[in-house]
Amino acid sequence: MKLRARATKIGKVRFTSHRDAARMWERGLRRAGLPVAFTEGFTPRPKISFGLALPTGAESIAEYVDIELQHHVTADDVDLDTLPQRLCDALPNGFDVLAVVERDERVDSLQEAVTSCTWQLWSTQLTADDHREACRLLGSTEIVLERERKGKRSADDVRPMILDLRPDPTGDRLIADLVTIGRALRPAELAEVAYPNIDARDVRAIRTHQWLEDDGTRHEVIPLPADVDVSTLAVLT
Amino acid sequence: MSTLWARIEPLLARVQKPARYIGCEDGAITPDATKFGQAGVVEWLLAYPDTYEIGLPNQGLQILFEILNERDDAVAERTYAPWADMNHEMRAAGVPLFSVDAHREAADFDVLAFNLSSELVYTNVLNMIDLAGTPVRAAERGDDDPIVLVGGHAAFNPEPLADFIDAAVLGEGEEVVADITAAVRSWKLAGRTGRAEFLRELSKVPGVYVPSMYEVAYDGERITSVEPRFADVPATVDKRTVADLGEWPYPKSPIVPLTEVVHDRLSVEVFRGCTRGCRFCQAGMITRPVRERPAEQVRAMIREGLRSTGYDEVSLTSLSTADFSDIEPVVRGVLEDAKEIPGACDTMTINLPSLRVDAFTVGLAGEVNNGRRSGLTFAPEAGSWRLRKVINKLILEEDLYGAVESAFSQGWTRMKLYFLTGLPTETDEDTLGIVELAKNCVEIGKRYTPRASVTVSLGGFVPKPHTPFQWFGQNTEDELRRKINLVRDASKKAKGVNVKWHHPDASVAEGIATRGDRRVGRVIERVWREGGLFQEWGEHFDLRRWTSALEAEGLSMDWYVFRHREEDEILPWEHLTAGLHKDFLWGDWLDSLAESGVEDCRWTPCYDCGVCTGYGIEHVVASPIAPAGGSQGTGQDLERGGEVPVSLLPTRRESSVSAVGVSV
Repeated sequence: MKLRARATKIGKVRFTSHRDAARMWERGLRRAGLPVAFTEGFTPRPKISFGLALPTGAESIAEYVDIELQHHVTADDVDLDTLPQRLCDALPNGFDVLAVVERDERVDSLQEAVTSCTWQLWSTQLTADDHREACRLLGSTEIVLERERKGKRSADDVRPMILDLRPDPTGDRLIADLVTIGRALRPAELAEVAYPNIDARDVRAIRTHQWLEDDGTRHEVIPLPADVDVSTLAVLT
Repeated sequence: MSTLWARIEPLLARVQKPARYIGCEDGAITPDATKFGQAGVVEWLLAYPDTYEIGLPNQGLQILFEILNERDDAVAERTYAPWADMNHEMRAAGVPLFSVDAHREAADFDVLAFNLSSELVYTNVLNMIDLAGTPVRAAERGDDDPIVLVGGHAAFNPEPLADFIDAAVLGEGEEVVADITAAVRSWKLAGRTGRAEFLRELSKVPGVYVPSMYEVAYDGERITSVEPRFADVPATVDKRTVADLGEWPYPKSPIVPLTEVVHDRLSVEVFRGCTRGCRFCQAGMITRPVRERPAEQVRAMIREGLRSTGYDEVSLTSLSTADFSDIEPVVRGVLEDAKEIPGACDTMTINLPSLRVDAFTVGLAGEVNNGRRSGLTFAPEAGSWRLRKVINKLILEEDLYGAVESAFSQGWTRMKLYFLTGLPTETDEDTLGIVELAKNCVEIGKRYTPRASVTVSLGGFVPKPHTPFQWFGQNTEDELRRKINLVRDASKKAKGVNVKWHHPDASVAEGIATRGDRRVGRVIERVWREGGLFQEWGEHFDLRRWTSALEAEGLSMDWYVFRHREEDEILPWEHLTAGLHKDFLWGDWLDSLAESGVEDCRWTPCYDCGVCTGYGIEHVVASPIAPAGGSQGTGQDLERGGEVPVSLLPTRRESSVSAVGVSV
């Protein structure tokens, strides 16, 4: 049986890395007593996989984890309704499991399926005017960003990576839809081009959605359950 | 009183590994915030003067963290040395040293207590005191400043830190923290005035040494006396020892870090103390006698620990875990218990550090690794039988080959052998013997696998206080380098033998701080002021910082490190004791030079080192019979039946088990 969970990473734990989070899930699943399947070989690893890495320092209410349970386990053995709470209890504060669904054997891995993400960016050093100004980037035909990866510097046009930019209803945050296919534009890199007058390290970011595409329409991997009130999550207030 | 988090958070976006500073660990008990700022509560900031990754797994700190937080009259939080980048950011932003639990500033605490597990961290201690906003020199502190304490193995010679600390605690902390809490609490309730009078009171607590209460007199380089300044201050400070480990089943809530640390697994201490009598080993000398934890308690701590942490690996810790009387039944029981944890039985690993060099031990290691054969480490320590008698590490060549053969035959392909070089009486023949041993081990391995390889790990020997080698003049860095080169050159043509070594310069700097007196404090302060942080990290270490600081202070490297010391000389730590008679240590030093070994007093008659007899304590072991293979498998004739101070555990077993039962 295969499961897919939607979880948060908010608060102080935003400073842990993607790999740290993976280890926490491994330990959390053991602590919760879930019969996870293991790989073969001398060093068996639990069959868990994670979607797109969340940059260290960024928060999220849309992280996904795929978990494969041992073959003999059926839906009757695992109560999906109570499982989110059971996992929450076994994970550190800030990792809230919002929903768990049974995953169709045929669906693609998270890494391959997700085409774009929605982010919110904000900083105490930024005003509504700054965010409105940032939205003007949409009018540019080319946005060249100098960046480095694996020691190599390159100048890339990142405009195609930006699907949409808009202020949130309060005006205090920028909402950005960014492409995840190919070499993605990270929120910190967007901050660099959107807010040239402040240190990009002072711009906070939270991932709010990961999107799949079917016949030109996008939908979330697992929609936020109706009973989850996002506004009660500390970081969003 | 309030949290500094809002000021810390922006800094974390600017440093490497920010998770080092957030706390939030799984399983960690949360210090009770209602105790913050209360006059009747003593607030402890437990500090580890190295990075979070090194410090978090430290069991001593975790144990005291729990014991203190369980008390009504105390609350404890933790802090670790901020890495160079964070140190820079904190100083630039004016953010002081903070706790990782509630992120409160160090100035909110009554006690700033450092765990010293090695000497090269001393400059970090000074830096952390300074970051706390407290004067680095104890004499300049006022009534509002925290009391600065040190404990841990290196605290057995705290003299190099004498100018910077208010007190050092000798020995085990479980019980003494209650006494210190009571003393600080009375002082607080009485209005917290008169720091000097308070420190004088504190110096009367057994195990607590207050350097400012003692006057050291010198004649040139030589110490002529160390005298208490007041009649009610004890002339000699004795260590504290917990009589029965079974009464202290801690940590009950092991702290699980959110980020990667050096020992990322459950640790359960199976016994404390070691009487193998290895003469170079400070830990074995200062932690006597042997006190085993009841086997049932070990099993229960592992069972509950795995359940609560989610770890699938447990380390049974001690100075020589295969010597634990009930090691076999405990291992079987743990594997049995793991079957009840879903998933755990597939991956569960039991880690046995500090392996004894014999076939029995290897067989045990083979059972617990779930088929994994990553690598196995043995510590013969010296290259010849002659030199091993000098250091009292009584392993015959046959023992080593037997252990190695047993390992290769069970599927291991890589072996690591630990050696020390620069030992007393060591000749080039002894040094080259290391390569011969390694070559022979590879030869044995080749019979089982063409991939057989042996890594020789060489450390430069640093003589330690309270050991028979405390009088020995350490080898110079050039001499250590020459010996390392001997081994390296001789092993170049030996296929399958790799050599790794510890930097000789670092051993010399360690030597300065290890056996230094109060005057060495000026050297440490100078190295720190000139930017020498994280001296145990290769990228930050430079011996020239230490040599030039010594020179600037008019002190001699030869005096502190390289010369042999004399019998009638007053050693800087003469007034501090781990219970070992000076006569015993000197006699053992002479025996060593005569190449004469000494048996393990856990299983043979007492030779009166002074600890059990002096403190009225005794070995606590479940079996008075030496393990198969005798003392380190030497085949020595271990006569039994003498008057050995051994008490058998079973009588206490029941109550100890229920102590764990309460926690689970």
